[in-house]
Amino acid sequence: MKSGSNLERILESGQFAVTAECGPPKGPAPTVVKRKGDILKFCCDALNVTDNQTAIVRMSSMSGCVLLKEVGVEPVLQMVVRDRNRLALQGDLIGAAALGIRNVLCLSGDHQRFGNHPTAKGVYDIDSVQFLQMVKTMRDEHQFINGEEFSGDTPFFIGAAANPFADPFAFRVTRLAKKVKAGADFIQTQGIFDMAKFVEWMTMVRDRGLDEKTHILAGLIPIKSVGMARYMRNNVSGLSVPQAIVERMGDAKDPKEEGVQICLETIEQLKEVDGIHGVHIMAVAWEDIVPRIVEEAGLMPRPIV
Amino acid sequence: MITLEQKKFEDIEKMTKGCGRLLVLGCETCAAMSLAGGKKQAEALAAAIGVARKMSGDKSEVLSDAVARQCEPEFIDLTEKDVAQCDGVLSLACGAGVQLLAERFPDKVILPGCNTTFLGVNEKLGVWSERCAGCGDCILDKTAGLCPIARCSKQLLNGPCGGSMDGKCEISKEVDCVWQLIIDRLTKLNRLEMLEEIFPVKDWSPAGHGGPRKMVREDLES
Repeated sequence: MKSGSNLERILESGQFAVTAECGPPKGPAPTVVKRKGDILKFCCDALNVTDNQTAIVRMSSMSGCVLLKEVGVEPVLQMVVRDRNRLALQGDLIGAAALGIRNVLCLSGDHQRFGNHPTAKGVYDIDSVQFLQMVKTMRDEHQFINGEEFSGDTPFFIGAAANPFADPFAFRVTRLAKKVKAGADFIQTQGIFDMAKFVEWMTMVRDRGLDEKTHILAGLIPIKSVGMARYMRNNVSGLSVPQAIVERMGDAKDPKEEGVQICLETIEQLKEVDGIHGVHIMAVAWEDIVPRIVEEAGLMPRPIV
Repeated sequence: MITLEQKKFEDIEKMTKGCGRLLVLGCETCAAMSLAGGKKQAEALAAAIGVARKMSGDKSEVLSDAVARQCEPEFIDLTEKDVAQCDGVLSLACGAGVQLLAERFPDKVILPGCNTTFLGVNEKLGVWSERCAGCGDCILDKTAGLCPIARCSKQLLNGPCGGSMDGKCEISKEVDCVWQLIIDRLTKLNRLEMLEEIFPVKDWSPAGHGGPRKMVREDLES
């Protein structure tokens, strides 16, 4: 075991994992995070706490993780290189290890111009691939990125993101391979609506044997309304929402129910795709729906390993 | 001016190895003023690469030429015949010139022979120093004509920091504290009260943090 985290134990024992996203609030209320933790703790193996997601300032991911731990939920610490240089990242990693955080997801982060501080200076001192390498070196070699040794363990289960829907399509698998080579123990993908493209990507992933070197968790975004489907199709770069999905949402009498059904159908299809080791549900501002989705997808109860 | 320095010869030799017939292309503006990549330097470098190639048994030819500015398409067009006879081009221009060459000649190997260092001034023969960071929103009116973005190690807008000693920056005794210089100059101009005001948070988007920059003058566009 690299970290001994619940997520790692479940994935290493060959069971289908379920993770979900827990967005921290735009203020210091601990109850917001704890409430989400309470809703999701019985249906998920670990919860990702986002890090100034979409470049909008929120409670820090680290604090969110600590609050989740207080209610007995295993957190995944999301960290972006947009806001911190290598000193801050490494300092935070040591702090996270000290606080008992065992999963970390290494990301570039959405560009600052999309958020609520568009005039901010972006840091991007290192990139997400280098970040993965850095966390792995800290864990396995007890060394900082400068080669200096430190004492003590930073036992992280290291995660990365992959987006099969961004361009250039053929290179996406190469980038995944680089992330795996750099140290990614698990992958959480972008939300999947375009199953044909995802299946094609997974074929390429398997052809390179990457599904055996890392645990791929397929991303899901439950949609609440046709407006949300359109918004994601038109405004979220690197997200592919087929017209059929938009139309289905538009025609639905009960759009929320339709969104749940689309999500459940997607999970059923994903179960048939070789190399998928779990799902990651990103129910932005709709966390309450996750327990039902996990239940109806036949993924309850969650295993205890 | 944009300042440049020629890459180490061993790096250039390694980079250009096996790329066949090579054109070393100088740029007669900033690269020439930096004494790094003008016509003269291109000729000398081509000769040196040629000798090194001969010694290693590589018989492929090394030519040289220069244009006035590699950052303008019309000057790049003048090199078309020369480039056509070569397999690769080692450009001695700044990064802008190298990239314009690469755009213009998609089927050729295009290599950089220089490092683009900064926007600066030629203090005296052999000495150049940084003055401008190209931040896209000039504040020199508020800082006595001395730029803390380019010349303060921490890019402080409300300096100096606690590391300023004897007019020098905490990072090195060789580096002037630009805030000391700003204060000295404003004192002489009897305008030091300008620094009483808190300098507000800067908009970094025109400095490149808003993404790659582009400038369009509609009144000039044809």
